[in-house]
Amino acid sequence: MTTSLELAERLRAKFPALISAPAEFRGEITLEVSDPEAIPEVCAFAKRELGFDYLVDITSVDHCGEDPRFTLAYHLYGYGHLCPLRLKLRLSEEKSELPTVTGVWRAADWHEREIYDMMGLRFRGHPDLRRILMWEGYPYFPLRKDFPLSGKPTRLPEVAFTEPAPLDGGPFVTIAGGKDTIAREPRARIPETDALEPRK
Amino acid sequence: MGEIRDLQYQEPAARAAQAARALAGAPAPAAELPDLPSEKMVLNMGPSHPSTHGVLRIVLELDGEVITKAMPDVGYLHRGDEKIAENMTYSQFVPYTDRLDYLAPLANNVAYALAVEKLLGIDRQLPPRCQFIRVICCELARISSHLLGLGSYAMDVGAMTVFLHTFTEREKIYNLCESLTGARFTTSYTRIGGLSRDLPPGWIDQCRKFCREVVVNIDETETFLTRNRIFVDRTRGVGVISREDAIDYGLSGPNLRGSGIEHDLRKAHPYLVYDQLQFDVPVGSAGDSYDRYLVRIEEMRQSVRLLEQCLNKMPAGPVNIQDGKIALPPKDRVLTRMEELIHHFINVTQGVNAPPGEIYFGHENPKGELGFYIHSKGGGTPHRLKIRSPSFVNLGILPKLLPGHMISDVVAILGSFDFVMGECDR
Repeated sequence: MTTSLELAERLRAKFPALISAPAEFRGEITLEVSDPEAIPEVCAFAKRELGFDYLVDITSVDHCGEDPRFTLAYHLYGYGHLCPLRLKLRLSEEKSELPTVTGVWRAADWHEREIYDMMGLRFRGHPDLRRILMWEGYPYFPLRKDFPLSGKPTRLPEVAFTEPAPLDGGPFVTIAGGKDTIAREPRARIPETDALEPRK
Repeated sequence: MGEIRDLQYQEPAARAAQAARALAGAPAPAAELPDLPSEKMVLNMGPSHPSTHGVLRIVLELDGEVITKAMPDVGYLHRGDEKIAENMTYSQFVPYTDRLDYLAPLANNVAYALAVEKLLGIDRQLPPRCQFIRVICCELARISSHLLGLGSYAMDVGAMTVFLHTFTEREKIYNLCESLTGARFTTSYTRIGGLSRDLPPGWIDQCRKFCREVVVNIDETETFLTRNRIFVDRTRGVGVISREDAIDYGLSGPNLRGSGIEHDLRKAHPYLVYDQLQFDVPVGSAGDSYDRYLVRIEEMRQSVRLLEQCLNKMPAGPVNIQDGKIALPPKDRVLTRMEELIHHFINVTQGVNAPPGEIYFGHENPKGELGFYIHSKGGGTPHRLKIRSPSFVNLGILPKLLPGHMISDVVAILGSFDFVMGECDR
């Protein structure tokens, strides 16, 4: 019966310069990877040679005010040996970028998009790094510690009114990008002048 | 009284003559139709679509009726639960877990409580009665969630009756929840180190009665669907997921087992008292939508088995851990004794004092592996709480799975996935 600790030692034997001694807390083994650039290589080895075929989760933690600011935790699991393992790495705010592991497990795709969305860390080589929970064009990263719980005022994208209305040229007109919903409301057109009818 | 005739009625001879005239006057059909410029159509499905079970949006690119590309768009129900959790004590977050998978709130409560207890190092010291009641909660939630999943799945592919039939049984589970927790839907039943209250008198008998009735209901549901020609045609061979893909995309729960991988966290890493109970883990063989349906049907029967064992073995004793620093002391002692008053005060205002460290706890929820990753810097509030929700991860396979299927298969595949957007978007 293999244990997480044995697998951790085998991973460490392969990358002695990169991986710290295994730490144990509540029966869970954590390894720290010192270089974020090496994470795809370490993960590929763990999957190929050590049987960690299931990526449970990737999580980021923001230690605002510390350096390096971010921690990432990769939770691995193997259906062959039923052993979990956690890989951790630290990432500075100036860098905020690391290589993707989507080439190792396809499950990493949405996890990495979520981390990008919530914490603003970019994954180099990711096939489709877009926001996933917030909308495209949202300017902040809400799970960072310096983002207030109450949120910040943001303009919602005005999907319906950014382009001319479908009835453009017809009896009703609307102005794209009006300042409020009253201004954006479709109105009757004055046929000769092609202008809006004044509001009553 | 004359003959009643249709307004448009024509004598057969007149119709034949008219057809001949039209044919003579019509231009001869062109020898060859020019190639029509074929263009792919983009179809927006959702976020408000009955088969998306909430607010999932999928942008489908179609070539005729065949899907060539699918882009799921999630996040319409994003409430920032993880941010909220960082700003409150561990106990205060329990009601938020009701709103994750809102079809199985009891199971979420148990999963969250176990995660925090693992961080505190007390998950093996819970009183036996508490552990048995928690198993009952999980299995009731599983039956409730699968009944709804099956009902809406059958409705999506055209069978209305099943939905009404399974909802009759869910109503009984809600009644049980109501007498157990005081709420039908948002239960918030667990506490860190125990439960909010013990079983009410007579509840075990009510639950036994429910077990006897639900087995009949499951059998009847099967007779509606398992050999139903329409249902089988709509689901068999549709949405086939191979073993390799299921693992690579991180599927969990019935969706993983439907593809033939025998993995259940209750068996692989037993928590609570699952190692003292007998149950089987059903697996599929082909990995199609029909197999995922069969797995859910059998899982409900196994849950009933577990329920009966728990009800028979239910031990006596307290339901809360006997440590005032973790679970609230009984109210009559709080009002009469100094030490309990202090514990109560500290527990309510500051929360349990968790050690610094990090844990991940994965729980076999009805939808799959619900995991909580807690990063603690000490004190009563998590520094970071990540919810690994099964629905979020399970939906990640859609861009791979949907292309090549017909548009009507999308409904069958989504139904077989049984996801909940409240949990997916958090």
